[in-house]
Amino acid sequence: MEKSVNISTFEELAKACEHYEKTIYELSQEREAELSEISVPEVRILVKKSLDAMREAIQCGMNSDKLSVSGMCGADCKRLQDGFANRHALFGKLYEKIVTYALATSEENLRMGKIVACPTAGSCAIVPSVLIAVSDSLGISEKEQIDALVTAGEIGRIVSNKVQLAGAVAGCQAECGVASAMSAAALTQMRGGNVSQILNAVALALKNLLGLTCDPVCGLVEIPCVKRNPFLAIHAVTASEMALAGIESKIPLDEVIDAMEQTGKLMSPMLKESSEAGLAVTNTAKSLWKKLETL
Amino acid sequence: MRQSSIIDIISPIMVGPSSSHTAGAVRLGLLARNLYNGMPSKVTFRLYNSYAKTGKGHGTDKGLLAGFLGLSVDDVRIRNIFDLEISKNFDYSFEYLEDFNRHPNAVDIVIDGVPNLTISGDSIGAGEVVINSIDNFSVKVNGKYNTLLLVYRDIPGMISKVTSKIPVNIASLNCDRNAKGEDASMCIALDGELSQDIIKAIHDLPSIYIVRYIKKLES
Repeated sequence: MEKSVNISTFEELAKACEHYEKTIYELSQEREAELSEISVPEVRILVKKSLDAMREAIQCGMNSDKLSVSGMCGADCKRLQDGFANRHALFGKLYEKIVTYALATSEENLRMGKIVACPTAGSCAIVPSVLIAVSDSLGISEKEQIDALVTAGEIGRIVSNKVQLAGAVAGCQAECGVASAMSAAALTQMRGGNVSQILNAVALALKNLLGLTCDPVCGLVEIPCVKRNPFLAIHAVTASEMALAGIESKIPLDEVIDAMEQTGKLMSPMLKESSEAGLAVTNTAKSLWKKLETL
Repeated sequence: MRQSSIIDIISPIMVGPSSSHTAGAVRLGLLARNLYNGMPSKVTFRLYNSYAKTGKGHGTDKGLLAGFLGLSVDDVRIRNIFDLEISKNFDYSFEYLEDFNRHPNAVDIVIDGVPNLTISGDSIGAGEVVINSIDNFSVKVNGKYNTLLLVYRDIPGMISKVTSKIPVNIASLNCDRNAKGEDASMCIALDGELSQDIIKAIHDLPSIYIVRYIKKLES
């Protein structure tokens, strides 16, 4: 059996969980403690620090409608909150919370506010919105929230063994795509899913986002990044629901990651954060760019 | 590079908007500052590829400068670094270049002073960075470990002489040289800390020219 410190694929992770009769977060936090030469409670304090900063970013974001330097984005979370105050969302309160928290965090990021890169800043709103909105609604304890965030971290860690989590290297599938997959894992963990269900949730979420390009308008983490975050938060919920029902990804997770790596390599550099194609070169984007130059 | 820490995935707590283009830039600046360990007369930041094309909008320029001036990734003053007192008395400039042989998010930090030094690095995703060359010597400094960097004359037995003075576990060791018997570099990533006495003892070894102890980054 692979020692838990050496786990670098999802197959190894699943086998180790079975062998040691442990959950993903238990193995992951023990591994982290061993490698960093600190105790498991100390690891969890670090995780809690990120969790607290996520909450703070949501609070700040919900209370601000200040635009970014470019003036392109920043007031949509307020719009969304006003909208829900007048007309409840079709899918209910929890849905409202998730998309509001996601937009709040994304907008806080573009204001150069303080956020948690999870795994990256452009994708910073997906994990917090799902994790915190669901915990608030279901009354999930802080201990379980930390368990879920460790689980999400372990998913991101193993993916990043294969694929650098950077839009410039593999496109948005490696940023918002991975964040959505991490959220699916966290949510499945919080709802009592087993190891297989968690990994299936990740595979289902990620498979559906392969090839997602990174074509930011004016080269800024604003369009389409800000609104993509709430979309992919909800995406994670769908993946988790399917996995909890026992639906499996026919393609094993490690192979999905292989496909993601290959897709990232085949994707033109013009679609990987260089703003030379896609949305970034539409007529409207070009005129926004001109406007920015006069700022 | 193998990602070993979950904490790296669910952090840093940082000023937005981009982990690779803002936080990564701050970290590269911080590492260059720690590495140089002196007051330069002028610093030129050369941004390549995606860093050059989209850096301004992501605050990459602000981040590099802020890091070089000692601000950490979660310091909200990064937003206004160009207007702060600490940058007003500092001579810096930016150049924007293209080189497809370099990483999409690459930077050269060209330092004029005593000594002149060119430090090159990449922002490799999720805020992770690596300094991979110093004055054409290939090195590997990622800020995750306390790192000892040496420049010395390439003579037999040097590695054992140096490592025998190091009481803590060595995480990785990279050497490079200009030519046999010429200048060489050694980059040692450590699991623990070194005292000033040990660093001095290594500096006192014959044929060692430069010793730098680069502390791991806090955030």
